[in-house]
Amino acid sequence: MSETISPKPPVEQQQQMVEIPTARTRPTLSQLLRQDLGFLPVMFTLIVIAIYFQATTGGLFLTPRNISNLILQIGEIGIIGLGAALVLLLGEIDLSLAAVATMSAVAMGVLSERMGVGPWEAVLIGILIGAGAGLINGVFIAILRIPSFIVTLAASIGYSGLLLFSLAGDSSLVIHDPTLISLSGTYLSNLVGTGIPIVVILLYIASVLINEVRRRRAGLRTKSVGALAIQIGLVVLLGGGVLVLFNSYLGVPSAAALLILFILLVWLLLVKTGFGRHVYAVGGNIEAARRAGINVVGIRLAVFTMASTLAAIGGILAASRGLSVSSQIDPTLLLNAIASAVIGGVSLFGGQGSVWSIILGALIIGSLENGLDLRSQGTDVKQMIEGAVLLLAVTVDALTRRAQARSRSGR
Amino acid sequence: MAEQVAPVTNGTPRLQLRGISKTYGAVRALTDVSFDVHAGEVVGLVGDNGAGKSTLIKAIAGVGPADEGQFILEGETINITSPTVASKLGIETVYQDLALCDNLDIVSNLFLGHEEHSTWIPRLLRPLNEIKMEKRTIEVLRTLDVKVPSVRTPVSSLSGGQRQSIAVAKTILRNAKVVMLDEPTAALGVAQTKQVLNLIRRLRDQGLAVIVISHNLADVFEVVDTVVVLRLGRKVGTFDVKSTTPEQVIASITGAEFKADVPMDMNGVDLGGSNK
Repeated sequence: MSETISPKPPVEQQQQMVEIPTARTRPTLSQLLRQDLGFLPVMFTLIVIAIYFQATTGGLFLTPRNISNLILQIGEIGIIGLGAALVLLLGEIDLSLAAVATMSAVAMGVLSERMGVGPWEAVLIGILIGAGAGLINGVFIAILRIPSFIVTLAASIGYSGLLLFSLAGDSSLVIHDPTLISLSGTYLSNLVGTGIPIVVILLYIASVLINEVRRRRAGLRTKSVGALAIQIGLVVLLGGGVLVLFNSYLGVPSAAALLILFILLVWLLLVKTGFGRHVYAVGGNIEAARRAGINVVGIRLAVFTMASTLAAIGGILAASRGLSVSSQIDPTLLLNAIASAVIGGVSLFGGQGSVWSIILGALIIGSLENGLDLRSQGTDVKQMIEGAVLLLAVTVDALTRRAQARSRSGR
Repeated sequence: MAEQVAPVTNGTPRLQLRGISKTYGAVRALTDVSFDVHAGEVVGLVGDNGAGKSTLIKAIAGVGPADEGQFILEGETINITSPTVASKLGIETVYQDLALCDNLDIVSNLFLGHEEHSTWIPRLLRPLNEIKMEKRTIEVLRTLDVKVPSVRTPVSSLSGGQRQSIAVAKTILRNAKVVMLDEPTAALGVAQTKQVLNLIRRLRDQGLAVIVISHNLADVFEVVDTVVVLRLGRKVGTFDVKSTTPEQVIASITGAEFKADVPMDMNGVDLGGSNK
């Protein structure tokens, strides 16, 4: 290699001198399954579940109507799961998400039904209460450095008491306000429901292409045309398929639109901004992040606040769909939210995972709930199965981690 | 103090240490340590366990500031009070744990905490300028002659030598003037050790002042220009590797009597004689 450094060769040449693709050993199938294709086993599981319920419910499961229902169900699980995923990315856990979700919904319900506050104000205050709860978690965890497990467990118990107190002895409160009811259950008009997704997909394609052009201009390695076509084709196919599916029933349900909107926003924040990069860094190696000058305390505060805010939104959607709020926290809500993140591949150990996969995780959890409902199974069976599924997902995550560590040390 | 032989440059040293002392309670960890590092020079800091190597590195890096003494960077007296100050002055340290985020790719690790942004939105929410960062990464890795499968590979899948290289590349990116490497070849295989030694030479060729702490005298003799020996918190010798044998350095490290065999033309040698 050249001895003198001064005459700089053009970047393309430098790139060839630094990046040696042949130095990359061809990944084996099992390595691929642990990395880029990690969603395939989850997808496969989902298909197996769908086929099973389709066969055992006499074809009820895969009707457009039931799928639309299923999407309504997973809207709230997915949004709360998104909050859980954010916290998991830091390598922490938030056990208070379900309690915060329920508390925010109850606050909204009490404000709207008993105090005559307008629906939008009630929703806003409910969300702010959620954000406040998250900030309190964050203060204890990030600033006072108390383990998140204990802080959020204590918060969860405290809030369930507060719930009983604020409903003043009633076990539930029916919501009558038409605006609140319409939050979750409306179907978007064709123009909005089809137009916006198409615009978003077009924007995505444009940004991918522009990025490739700019990379080529900068002399960086670019994707092959085939790979690009596959990437864009997959997104178009998925997006189009989902749109067709929704439109074959009543249209895009607002719960689904909200879920996708929030995932999109969080994804942009995580992948495209410095904030997101720092979240992954703190989850990957907190000491390295601190030494790199990252405001670790600020990141953790922000993430716990965001998680609880998302939980509040999820809780309000659930109240809207269920037409009531209850003083009893749904015992499987927390588990379902965390499970949908973990099943989707967000690691419990921090720093790994994509928020898009939450949709898959939530679909699996939702399908189980929905399918078991169709087969008229009781809460007993449902809870046992869901517990087992979460355990399975966590075990797979832990074993994958260990296998990765082993293959690294063997290098 | 005897004039040091600077193999590559002359003139003002890049970094001068003058009478650095540090105590932990009743323990004197460092006593009156002085030495110079020139630009384009590699200084090896050796000594037995407890000799004060880590304490000295921490003092220079600002992690554990010195109690007494002066640091002079490019002729100007500086006050190193914290790691941030040291880093701003251009003194960067690569610790043994490397401080890399395994889950992030090479580009992200290099720019961690110093990301490049497109400039049109408030700070933390600005979109990252990945293209600019990737370009710069490739430039830096090339100057260090580092080869990787792709700059978008997660750091977790790199070899030990490559990881060391990435940690060092981070310091280059921040325009370091002085780079300190803490045991850079510990726990590396033969080929990877060679890679890291090559990396150290590259740093020197870039005109940086390099301080390497090492237990491995073979490595030290292969790559450094000057060896500074610490024993019980004092500097007991400065050797020019060209005119020294490893045995002499070992004698100095352990404090064994070796004086009789030492040729008198050595530079700035102060063998075992400096006993209290």
